Amino acid sequence: MIPSGFEYHAASSVQDAIRLLTENEDAKILAGGHSLLPMMKLRFAEPAHLVDINGLRELKGIDRDGDVIQIGAMTTENELIASEILQQHCPLLVDAAKLVADPQVRNRGTVGGDVAHGDPGNDHPAVMLALDAEFVIQGPEGERTTPANGFYLGTYWTGLGEDELLTAIRVPVIKTGTGYGYNKLKRKTGDYATAGSPVVLTLDSDVCREIRIGLTNVAPMAIRAEAAEDLLRGQVVTEALIEQAAEQVMAACDPAEDLRGDVEYKTHMAAEMARRSIRDALARARS
Amino acid sequence: MAARAEDINREDALQGIGCSRKRKEDPRFVQGKGNYVDDIKLPGMLFADLVRSPYPHARVKSINKEKALALPGVHAVLTAEDLKPLNLHWMPTLAGDVQAVLADEKVHMQYQEVAVVIADDRYIAADAVDLVEVEYEPLPVLVDAHKALDPDAPILREDLQDKDNVGQGPRRHPNHIFTWEVGDKEATTRAFDTAEVTVKEEMYYPRVHPSPLETCGCVASFDKVNEHLTVYITSQAPHVVRTVVTLISGIPESKVRIVSPDIGGGFGNKVGVYPGYVTAIVASIVLGRPVKWVEDRMEHLSTTAWARDYWMTGELAADKDGRVKGLRVNVLADHGAFNSHAQPTKWPAGFFSIVTSSYDIPAAQVKVDGVYTNKSPGGVAYRCSFRVTEAIYLIERMMDVLAQKLGIDKAEIRRRNFVKPEQFPYKTALDWELDSGDYHTALDKVLAAVDYQGLRKEQEEKRAKGELMGIGLVTFTEIVGAGPSKSCDILGVGMFDSAEIRVHPTGSVMARMGTITQGQGHQTTYAQIIASELGLSSDQIQIEEGDTDTAPYGLGTYGSRSTPVGGAATAVAARKIRAKAQKIAAHLLEVDENDVEWDIDRFKVKGVPGQEKTMKEIAWAAYNNVPEGMEMGLEAVDYYDPPNFTYPFGTYLCVVDIDKYTGQTHVRRFYALDDCGTRINPMIIDGQIHGGLNEGFAVAMGQELPYDAEGNLLGNTFMDYFIPTFVETPHWETDYTVTPSPHHPLGAKGVAESPHVGSIPCFTAAIVDAFAHLGVTHMDMPHSAYRVWQKLHELGLDKHS
Ligand SMILES: Cc1cc2nc3c(=O)[nH]c(=O)nc-3n(C[C@H](O)[C@H](O)[C@H](O)COP(=O)(O)OP(=O)(O)OC[C@H]3O[C@@H](n4cnc5c(N)ncnc54)[C@H](O)[C@@H]3O)c2cc1C
Repeated sequence: MIPSGFEYHAASSVQDAIRLLTENEDAKILAGGHSLLPMMKLRFAEPAHLVDINGLRELKGIDRDGDVIQIGAMTTENELIASEILQQHCPLLVDAAKLVADPQVRNRGTVGGDVAHGDPGNDHPAVMLALDAEFVIQGPEGERTTPANGFYLGTYWTGLGEDELLTAIRVPVIKTGTGYGYNKLKRKTGDYATAGSPVVLTLDSDVCREIRIGLTNVAPMAIRAEAAEDLLRGQVVTEALIEQAAEQVMAACDPAEDLRGDVEYKTHMAAEMARRSIRDALARARS
Repeated sequence: MAARAEDINREDALQGIGCSRKRKEDPRFVQGKGNYVDDIKLPGMLFADLVRSPYPHARVKSINKEKALALPGVHAVLTAEDLKPLNLHWMPTLAGDVQAVLADEKVHMQYQEVAVVIADDRYIAADAVDLVEVEYEPLPVLVDAHKALDPDAPILREDLQDKDNVGQGPRRHPNHIFTWEVGDKEATTRAFDTAEVTVKEEMYYPRVHPSPLETCGCVASFDKVNEHLTVYITSQAPHVVRTVVTLISGIPESKVRIVSPDIGGGFGNKVGVYPGYVTAIVASIVLGRPVKWVEDRMEHLSTTAWARDYWMTGELAADKDGRVKGLRVNVLADHGAFNSHAQPTKWPAGFFSIVTSSYDIPAAQVKVDGVYTNKSPGGVAYRCSFRVTEAIYLIERMMDVLAQKLGIDKAEIRRRNFVKPEQFPYKTALDWELDSGDYHTALDKVLAAVDYQGLRKEQEEKRAKGELMGIGLVTFTEIVGAGPSKSCDILGVGMFDSAEIRVHPTGSVMARMGTITQGQGHQTTYAQIIASELGLSSDQIQIEEGDTDTAPYGLGTYGSRSTPVGGAATAVAARKIRAKAQKIAAHLLEVDENDVEWDIDRFKVKGVPGQEKTMKEIAWAAYNNVPEGMEMGLEAVDYYDPPNFTYPFGTYLCVVDIDKYTGQTHVRRFYALDDCGTRINPMIIDGQIHGGLNEGFAVAMGQELPYDAEGNLLGNTFMDYFIPTFVETPHWETDYTVTPSPHHPLGAKGVAESPHVGSIPCFTAAIVDAFAHLGVTHMDMPHSAYRVWQKLHELGLDKHS
């Protein structure tokens, strides 16, 4: 439970953080530390350098500009929950943040760390897929943006370069006619999902015009159940259709067995969480 | 009337027995002013950390310390080779076996202690542990207890190979530890042969860990000049530890001081002696400096004492009205790599034979076989008296199985089999003498409180709609307060307990006991006993425990023995003081001793109002004006050897709803009625019951230390190991009846473990009951959503129509 030795650097600016990442071999960003430090204490991760970005105020905060909300990478889960902008314009993120870990972890854990870590057990990645979010990334070559969809490549493997920093996340405002839901099955407070499914869908005179179904912790990375989405898109969504979609959700799953359950259970639970989220989203879109 | 009111005021002022006095220890704890082992820092203190085996079964080919020793700040690396000359590489267990302190040629379980590193600080020690190079030769692994006695099973304990007895009677296989048989085999066989109905059920009680908030640890400090050893240690039995230390080290007991400071929970886990303690002590003796060892949570869950791991088969013989005629139980007990079972020495399955519980069962027979496996050693009584949780689980499950088979209501079948109030004291078929009880009253009170008939009706309606709701009912009898020294000892020391009370001239009191509080609130309740017995306010009474240099010898706190044994010693010692006080009072009042009578806080001359001496006045006189021939002072000691155990009981009822699609369970209602005899502090009793129910809930619904087929321990962190928070914990409703123990000086029975013993089968019963209409008779714990879903899925109940 004691990490091996490392060198600590406090970054003074985003540029400084990138310099430290570039100049130091085997350096890692330290955000809230709630994924990184446990791995270091178990000596699963033994980075030689830590670049602490907690002092960078420019990476904090939530702003809305018309239809887009920009969230600084260092915004904590508790700040997401408390944000009036999100409560009003993107409550899915608030709901999801409430299901992350426990209050202590949420007090330090950041949304940027959660999406950057690449852990399939984290909640935000699938939520970002369902929201069709965009990531703002700074690197030695400057700033770039990349959609969340396509960012997740495998376990602890994302589209983020070794010397890049995630600075912000952009999510679209959820408008009237669009509904959302996030259902997460967990064993207890503070647990990662046995299975989770965020859903965002838009209705047009009760026809499902657009839908994105994300899946948490049932594959090597956060994924979307695209075949299930295809089944529902363009349709009036009935219980019978939801059942068919649930079948497709199961087909999309590729979970690893652990003490939360075997492959069969996790697959069924992913389908059940998707069912519930689709129903929640429908009800909200209709109201 | 005025006199009555004045009496009540005087009585209330004492805050004695029956008062919900606030816990005296809490102001310290809630302000962070507790003093735990890890808070202790001594000048020049070094830190120990352990090299542990990644293999469950392997030969240790070589250990290379060079690199670790080369790390600046490392003082020593010790292995079994180094401990051998001191004969400390193995240590005795409480169960007649030996346990390796550091692996001697072989490791028998994952995480077994292989070497100890001593360094300037924790960080250097942790780095040095990584630098110790151990070469292993993996051996075939035995994880499944059912295969332990196979002819071709890998032999685990080569050190015992030529022993046909490891302290618990003859054994028949190198992996066999003992066979323990009790009961009348013939009578039981007859009952089964002639029975109208019989039922049989197999059940597994999983391996669980008490996991107190504070892990285990110690600070050992050997003074080379005076050859005096002081050990601050997380122990529920400091005096026993002192004796063990003396037995294995040869240092006289008078030069060994064991201190249990504040203890962050024990629940049985802190009864035994662990390799970490021994290595810290040895290191301190070798280096002449204080050495601290504190394990982390993974080490704690992986190596220190767990509980249960019992494979049980129960059988009942009954008539068609559900009256039980015979009980037969067979158990395969997995004790892991070493038999470090915490038990009174002669009880290899603890008090499992309490299995007849509250029921009038004429014939019974129990057989327990203990075996070795490549798993961590144990087990202990996790918040219960020795193996009582297992026993009650078995009988309560079997009563339900029988009720289901006969179509008799689960409350009714219990009522038909209860020992009746007039049968007490009642001798059970397995030789216990239940001291007192009134089971019918307790059951009726609970059924009325929850509207049992209404619940059954609701359940029927829900079933018609395809919803799953279960009602669990348990009517248990515990056995606590070990115990009469004629039947119970630990390493030869009888299981008495002690109190030493000293009344000062101004009427304040210092009292010391042989027990040790770990959250039970002894500082509060023992003072209440003394307050009522001596008529001195409990706020003036200081309680001290846990320091072997000052406290009288006692066997410690576990198995709910503090109130039944230590509390009795306290009452008896106080009564010795009162008897002396009576003589002093008579002397002061110039009357005969028999002419004064006790009245709350004073002695009065019978029939002469106003002629009286308060205990405070008597205390003063005890130091300057005593009757001729009497020695001065006012103090007494008592070593109490109880004539019998005490038998608290209760009726618990649980209502659970099940989500068919996820397997999640929701405990909608939990009603716990406990009878612990005389109630010393009702608020503390409620607190103990809440705590026990929480832990019972944890065990039933999620706790488990599973091993994979290769012997890897899974789930040894709090991410997996279930510790319920207030979010998960159900709302508890508590209730009570009072049936005093006839043999205890106060009539008190002990309570802290009843809720654990009683609630666990109650949760299982509720879950199984939800499926009972579908022919399900038993489901093994833990009842996690995953496990419950497997049953739902198997029965096709999770299909969306
Ligand atoms: C008990 C417990 C339970 C938890 N349960 C959940 C849960 O249910 N759901 C869930 O989603 N999470 C859970 N977590 C994880 C938690 O939410 C973490 O806070 C989160 O995953 C990582 O965020 P962080 O700010 O702590 O990042 P850190 O741990 O500091 O960093 C994580 C990784 O991301 C990198 N990183 C961080 N920020 C950036 C950035 N801006 N740019 C580039 N790289 C970056 C780091 O270098 C590191 O590799 C749990 C954690 C704990 C300890």
